[in-house]
Amino acid sequence: MILDSKIPAGPVAEKWTNHKFSSKLVNPANKRKYDVIVVGTGLAGASAAASLAELGYNVKAFCFQDSPRRAHSIAAQGGINAAKNYQNDGDSVFRLFYDTVKGGDYRAREANVYRLAEVSVNIIDQCVAQGVPFAREYGGLLANRSFGGAQVSRTFYARGQTGQQLLLGAYSALSRQVANGKVKLYPRTEMMDLVKIDGEAKGIVTRNLITGAIETHAAHAVLLCTGGYGNVFFLSTNAMGSNVTAAWRAHKRGAFFANPCYTQIHPTCIPVSGDHQSKLTLMSESLRNDGRVWVPRTVEMAEKLRSGGIKANDIPEDERDYYLERKYPSFGNLVPRDVASRNAKYVCDEGRGVNETGEAVFLDFRDAIKRDSEDTIRARYGNLFDMYQQITGENPYQVPMMIYPAVHYTMGGLWVDYNLMTTVPGLYALGEANFSDHGANRLGASALMQGLADGYFVIPYTLGDYLAKIGPAPVDADHPEFAKVAKEVEERIQKLLSINGSKTVDYFHKKLGKIMWNECGMARTAEGLEKAKKEIKELREEFWKDVNVIGSNEELNQSLEKANRVADFLELGELMIDDAYDRNESCGGHFREEYQTPEGEALRDDENYAYVSAWRFVGEGEEEVLEKEPLEFENVKLTQRSYK
Amino acid sequence: MKLTIKVWRQKNAADKGGFVTYPLDGISTDMSFLEMMDVLNEELSEKGEDPIHFDHDCREGICGMCSLYINGKPHGPLQTTTCQLHMRSFSDGETITIEPWRAAAFPVVKDLVVDRGAFDRIIQAGGYVSVNTGGVPDANEIPIPKVVADEAFDAATCIGCGACVAACKNASAMLFTSAKVSQLAMLPQGQVERKSRAEKMIAQMDAEGFGACTNTGACSAECPKGISLTNIARMNREYFSAAVSSDNV
Ligand SMILES: Cc1cc2nc3c(=O)[nH]c(=O)nc-3n(C[C@H](O)[C@H](O)[C@H](O)COP(=O)(O)OP(=O)(O)OC[C@H]3O[C@@H](n4cnc5c(N)ncnc54)[C@H](O)[C@@H]3O)c2cc1C
Ligand code: SF4
Ligand code: FES
Repeated sequence: MILDSKIPAGPVAEKWTNHKFSSKLVNPANKRKYDVIVVGTGLAGASAAASLAELGYNVKAFCFQDSPRRAHSIAAQGGINAAKNYQNDGDSVFRLFYDTVKGGDYRAREANVYRLAEVSVNIIDQCVAQGVPFAREYGGLLANRSFGGAQVSRTFYARGQTGQQLLLGAYSALSRQVANGKVKLYPRTEMMDLVKIDGEAKGIVTRNLITGAIETHAAHAVLLCTGGYGNVFFLSTNAMGSNVTAAWRAHKRGAFFANPCYTQIHPTCIPVSGDHQSKLTLMSESLRNDGRVWVPRTVEMAEKLRSGGIKANDIPEDERDYYLERKYPSFGNLVPRDVASRNAKYVCDEGRGVNETGEAVFLDFRDAIKRDSEDTIRARYGNLFDMYQQITGENPYQVPMMIYPAVHYTMGGLWVDYNLMTTVPGLYALGEANFSDHGANRLGASALMQGLADGYFVIPYTLGDYLAKIGPAPVDADHPEFAKVAKEVEERIQKLLSINGSKTVDYFHKKLGKIMWNECGMARTAEGLEKAKKEIKELREEFWKDVNVIGSNEELNQSLEKANRVADFLELGELMIDDAYDRNESCGGHFREEYQTPEGEALRDDENYAYVSAWRFVGEGEEEVLEKEPLEFENVKLTQRSYK
Repeated sequence: MKLTIKVWRQKNAADKGGFVTYPLDGISTDMSFLEMMDVLNEELSEKGEDPIHFDHDCREGICGMCSLYINGKPHGPLQTTTCQLHMRSFSDGETITIEPWRAAAFPVVKDLVVDRGAFDRIIQAGGYVSVNTGGVPDANEIPIPKVVADEAFDAATCIGCGACVAACKNASAMLFTSAKVSQLAMLPQGQVERKSRAEKMIAQMDAEGFGACTNTGACSAECPKGISLTNIARMNREYFSAAVSSDNV
C-alpha cells in the first residue's frame, strides 16, 4: 500500500497518549539547530509557529497579507467547539468525537477525530491564558452556545468575532516569539514552490510581493498552513486572497491531494445581489439558534412576495412553511450545514424563493425578539445584524433576513497521515489546508478547533519525532535544487507576463467559478461533471493563450498575483471534478443526484466508497492517479445519518 | 450612477505620485465601495493600464486590511471600514477623492497601499501575555466578572487598520496602542506584566515616529470599531503609575 496513515495501535482513547510516549524527542540543546518553515499565519500557522519557537526551534513564518494578524481565520464568526462539558449537559470527548464522525457522514479517520476531541479542552485553557475575551456568564465563568449538528452546548464564542479573538491570541504568542528572536516574519511574501532534496521537503521558493524578488529558504521541515481553496468558485465567503497555490505546488511535487470534491456550502449567507458581486458574506450559523428558517407554503404566495404584492411580515402563520422544523423535528433549524443548504435549494427550485432572483429563504427573528426582547438578541448577534443592514440596507430587527447557501469551506486538502505529514517526507499540512478531520462535511465551530489543535497540540509532538530521526545537520542552502526550482518559478512568471492576451484574469476566474458552482456545487451529476471537465480544459487552454497580465514582476503587481493563483485554480478545478465523478455515492457536502434516498437525503455507499480519495500527480497534462485509503470504523457504527 | 474618481497614483515608494481622474459609469447603489473600485480596475485592465492598487482581503470589516482615505475621511463618510461602505452612501454625479493613509510611520508602497508594519512592531514590544503552549490552568479557574470581560472585549475588537492614525492631525497611534494595553490591563491574565507592557509599547510607538496625542478625539470618531477614548486615558494611567514604580529598572 502506498498510503500509510500511521494510525497508532490500541484503543482509540489511548492512541494519542501512547503515540506521544513512543515519539522520539529532540533534546532541548539541539532544538536550536533546527530550522522550520511555516507558511501561513492563520490559526493553524500562527499557533504552530509560536509553539515551535517556544520549544526552541528557529522558525520562519510567511503570509501574503501585510500582517500575520490579517489571515483569513480572522473572519470566523460563530465559535469554537470543545468537550469541556461546563454546561453539565452530557458532553464528553467521546460525544464530540462521535458527533464529528457522524456529522462528516462517516468519511473521516476515527483516530484523528478522536485526538481532535481530546485536545479540544486544552485549546480553551490556552486561549483564556493568553487573554482571549470569550463570552462569560454573570458568575464570571465561560458561556456556551449550541451549533448545528449537536444536541449539547459546547461552543465557546466571543460575540460574533470568535475567529478574530482567537487569531489575535495566536498572533500575540507569535509576536512574542518574534520579539524573542525565535521567529522571523515574512509578510507580503507568497510561497511559489516547494523544494525537495532526495525526496524530502527542504525548503521553499517565495516571491516578495513588493519587490518581486524570487527568494529561496532552506529548512529541516516545511509546514503548510495555507487555508482552504473555496475561491476556486470565485464567489465564496473566503477572503479575497485565499488560494490553493502553496498546496497545489506541493501537490505537483508529490503531495497527494485528498477528497478535493468535498466542499461545504454554508446555508446562511447573504444572497447574491448582482454581477458585480466580488464575494459573499456569511451570517454566522449561530443565528440558527434563534432564527427560524421559512419560505411561503405555496408558489403563488412566493410569487406575490417577489412581485411586491405582499410583505414578509404580513404573511400569516399558516401560510408559512418552517420546512426544517417540519422535516427534522428533533434538530429543527439546527440540522448540519449540508442538510440545511440542500433544503434551501429544494424549496427555491420549487419556486418558493423569497427575493427577486428567487434564490433566497427567510431567517426570521420575530419570535425570538418577542420571547427574549430585542436587547437580548442585540447582545447575542449585534454585530452580525449591523453587518447585514450595512450590506443589504434592511433592518433585520424589523424584517426577516434573507439568506442563501454559499461556498464556505473545503474539507478536502493535502493528504496527511496521523502525524500530519503529507506523502512528501518533511512536508506537513495543518488547518484547513489538510483533509484530515471533517470527512465529507464539517460541523460548525470545528475548523477553529482543528486549526488550533493542529498548531498548538499536535505538531509540536509529531514534528519532533521526524526531526529527531533526520538529525540536526544543517540543510545545504546552496544545493542546486534551490536554484533550479527558483528558475522554474521565474520562467512561469515570465510566461504569464508575456501572453499579452485580450482578457483579464477576473474574466477567467469568474468563468471557472460559474462552471464549478453549476456542476460541482450543491448538487452534482455524472453528465454535468463530464461537461464541466471539458469546459475547464478549454478554459485553461484559453487562459494560457489569451490572458492579459499587466505590469512587470519587479513591483507590487496584484494582477500578476491573481493570475498566478487563478492558473492553479484552473488545474485544481479539474481534479475536483474528477473526484466528484469517481465518487458514485452521496455523502455530506458531496451530493450526487443519482444517489439519494426517497426523501432526498444523501445516500452513501459504504461498501464501495468508505475510502479517502488521494490523488497523485503524475505529470503535466496527464490524468491524475487515484490512490485509496480505506476507512475503518471500530468505535462508531455506520448508519444513515438522521436528524429527524 | 455616474461618478468621477480622483485617485492617488504612485508607482512605488520612491515615486512622487499625484492625482489621476477617471470617469466611471454604470455603478449601482448596491455595490460596495471596493466593488466600485473593482469595476474601475476591470476597465483599466481591459485597456491594458495598470489597475489601481489597494489593500483588501476579507471584505467583511474584520481583517483591517482595507485602508482608503475617501473624501477627506479614513474609510469614508460612515463609521465603518471601506469594504463595508456601499455606494448608496454617495450620490449620482459626485466626484470621489481617494488617497492612501497619510502618516510618516505608514510609508506609501504603491498607489493606495501603505506599510503598516509599525503596528506589528508595537504589538511585538509587549502586546501579549507571556504564557507558553501547555501547562496553563483550566479555563474556568480564572473567573472574570462579565462586565470586565465585556469591556476588555470592546478594546480587543480593534482591527489594526490604522484609520485612527490617518484621522489624527499628529498621526498619533495612541488609540491603537491603548486598545491592546487596556484589554490586557483589565484582565487578570494581564496583571503580571502590566507595568512593563505599557512602557514598552509606548516606547516602541514613539520609536516608530508616530506623533503625540493632543486629545482631539478624531481617532475614536473615525474608528470603524468605535474603540473608545477611555482606553487612551487608561493607558496614560498605566504609563504614569508604571513610571513611579517601574519594573523596567
Ligand atoms: C466567514 C467565515 C466564517 C467562519 N466561521 C467559523 C466559525 O465560526 N467556526 C469555525 O470553526 N470555523 C469557521 N470558519 C472556518 C475557519 O475560519 C477556517 O477554516 C480557518 O480559520 C482556517 O484557518 P487556517 O489557519 O487553516 O488558514 P487561514 O486562516 O486561511 O490562513 C491561511 C494563511 O496562509 C497564508 N497563505 C496562503 N497561501 C499562501 C502562499 N502561497 N504563500 C504564503 N502564505 C500563504 C495566508 O497569508 C494566511 O496567513 C469560517 C470561515 C469563514 C470564511
Ligand atoms: S483603534 Fe480603530 S481605527 Fe485604530 S487601528 Fe484599531 S480599529 Fe483601526
Ligand atoms: S477588507 Fe478586511 S476589513 Fe476591509
